[in-house]
Amino acid sequence: MALPSEEGDPAPRQREEDQPHRTGPVAASLFVTCIVDQFYPDVGESAVRVLRRFGVDVDFPESQTCCGQPAFNAGYTGLAADAALRTLEAFRGARYVVAPSGSCAAMVKVFYPELLRDDPAALAEARDLAARTYELSQYIVDVLGLPDHPHPFEGLRAGSSPLPSTERGLSVTYHEGCHLRRELGALTQPRELMRSLPDVALAEMEHPDECCGFGGTFSVKFADISGAMLSDKLDRIEATGADAVVACDSSCLMQIEGGLRKRGSAVRALHLAELLDSRAAFERVP
Amino acid sequence: MIPNAQQFKRKSAAALADKPIQANLRGLYSGFHQARLAAGHATPDWEEMRDRGREIKTHTIRHLDHYLEQMADNVTKAGGKVFFASDAEAANRYVVGVARSIGARTVIKSKSMVSEETGLGARLEEVGIEAVETDLGEYIIQLADESPFHIIAPAIHKSRQEVADLFHDRFGTPRDRDREGLMAEARERLRDAFARAEMSVTGGNFMVADTGTLALVTNEGNGRMCTSMPRVHVAMVGMEKVIPSMADLGMFLKLLIRSATGQRPLSSYVTLVSGPRGADEEDGPEEFHLVIVDNGRSNLLADPELREALNCLKCGACLNACPVYRKVGGHVYGWVYGGPIGSILTPAMTDLAEARDLPYASSLCGACREACPVRIDIPRMLLHLRKQIAEGSPQSPSSKAPLVERLAFRLWSAAVRTPGAMRLASAFGRLFQAPLRRRGTLRWLPPPLGGWTRHRGFPALASKSFQDRWRDGLNDTDQAGRQP
Repeated sequence: MALPSEEGDPAPRQREEDQPHRTGPVAASLFVTCIVDQFYPDVGESAVRVLRRFGVDVDFPESQTCCGQPAFNAGYTGLAADAALRTLEAFRGARYVVAPSGSCAAMVKVFYPELLRDDPAALAEARDLAARTYELSQYIVDVLGLPDHPHPFEGLRAGSSPLPSTERGLSVTYHEGCHLRRELGALTQPRELMRSLPDVALAEMEHPDECCGFGGTFSVKFADISGAMLSDKLDRIEATGADAVVACDSSCLMQIEGGLRKRGSAVRALHLAELLDSRAAFERVP
Repeated sequence: MIPNAQQFKRKSAAALADKPIQANLRGLYSGFHQARLAAGHATPDWEEMRDRGREIKTHTIRHLDHYLEQMADNVTKAGGKVFFASDAEAANRYVVGVARSIGARTVIKSKSMVSEETGLGARLEEVGIEAVETDLGEYIIQLADESPFHIIAPAIHKSRQEVADLFHDRFGTPRDRDREGLMAEARERLRDAFARAEMSVTGGNFMVADTGTLALVTNEGNGRMCTSMPRVHVAMVGMEKVIPSMADLGMFLKLLIRSATGQRPLSSYVTLVSGPRGADEEDGPEEFHLVIVDNGRSNLLADPELREALNCLKCGACLNACPVYRKVGGHVYGWVYGGPIGSILTPAMTDLAEARDLPYASSLCGACREACPVRIDIPRMLLHLRKQIAEGSPQSPSSKAPLVERLAFRLWSAAVRTPGAMRLASAFGRLFQAPLRRRGTLRWLPPPLGGWTRHRGFPALASKSFQDRWRDGLNDTDQAGRQP
């Protein structure tokens, strides 16, 4: 575990037998995703800070753009394959690729090999990239590993937080992104991270697995159905009484936050990276 | 039934605005969906059973000719007659022929989605033969002249009051009849039909090849009445419903019933039929006909990308799980099968161009695949159909997507080609958004994006992208994350 070294730091938990034993700092390339790049750059900054606090040497290959999912989901597989090939090239040689998005990570891990299956060379490279690519919460929990302690962040001081630390702490509810849950199978990692924050309480909403209604072009082509799905999701979020709804995808959050603002709700929409960034600077309180 | 899926958007707007329909759709999630989850949790080897079910179905569909032949041989040996119907017309013509050959005046029907596909009820009425649906839900929609709203609960969209009004209009019963009263009325009328019918038409949930047995799953007992009371029983079954062996039936019944209604150990009635009444038997029909129907299923069989849809047990679990279906209901899908599986079956079995809205009517959330007892990858097939629409297919090579959409994706492709192109596109975007921007949000967008802002704000493009922030020094921040 590469937390800033302090006496008494618990030993890292070995999560995956096949993870290489690290000697120096880990290097990971940030796949920021186009939606974060263009609409939510703060989420990208938070992801960088969180990873750095875990001792990860973060770099950012500047030739990256979009994973190609918009075209893939609309049936334009030729255009999507072009984007996939460019992404393969951008992350060639990266040890780990980390994306603050379950959906974009799923595109690379699950759909690239399918998209490029007729091109043996590209397929081999896609499979290789798929094995190196992680969604942020999966990367932190499964690859880096959290300290083996019931509250690993206890005693850590909040960082330069954009979220005020209230006396009762922060109450959050978690929305499971569909791709993160059903393509990547990550049910526990985001929750484990939230539960490890000492002043954050997780209040589960009813049916956290129910789609928020985003679905890319679906939200525009079938805007009213998408809006009705969103409305159910917002009701369930508000019913928890949480201060904020947390998700691991800015696309879901774009939909959810847009709906919250439209109905004048006080609930905030937060990316997990922003929550982690705001809650823990990974520095021991003296 | 004649497919009409072109009206998806118009009809879904009406369904969204229909309060009783919305209330009944909500009940599907708290009812069938939760019951399925509970049944799955309570079945120790549930996940293994689903894997096994998937394997057996995939194997059977791959060797469909073999198993159908075996099924037909065994039915024939038991004294039944088998007819392979290539399409709806052939199936209906055969059934009408059987009815005429015995001079039938009344035909009772047990719930069958295939006969909904072929429009058999209307066809029988056309030639002067009374056709009476005996499943209560089917009976109600027959009276209302509607198509099934849900695969296993065809009248789930109707409230008690709507049914009471319908019965009032048809039979003059009081409008304030309660549920029990309405059921009693239907039961009395159906008893009469059971007694006078010379022939029955049922569907079939499974055809068991090695014994030539037809398995019927019902809850009202009408299936058993249909298979035992009239002189002639005709079963109309989709050709994908065959399973290899009686040894597999128990597992498939569990998969089907637990996924459909959550009932354990089985539904109220499971009826097994192996041919007509034997010489030493006391009941059963004098004649048994099995009509094995293709009606577009060959299209699915021929396409390796869509073949998996033939694994479907027609349990309806994907409908209950689907957040889109639970908003719009079954009628908007324009044919007999609604929901996620309907969005595959209707375009593939009828006409892709006519039904081209359906593959897009999904957020691709994958709840259908998670719910499917045999793990059919519906999102993958929706994507395949979208690809056929956008890029054309060998059968119809030209794109059926709107020109504006094709141009939009060309533009998108150019914009994400390089970070420089993206920067340029983003600069244009910021220019256009400037007049619409209010505190970081766009409250209105022009068509075709305007639908978005009817329901939610849209975030403004950031004044400085992550790329630019990185270039301008984010990469220089120290390891603890503080700005230098």
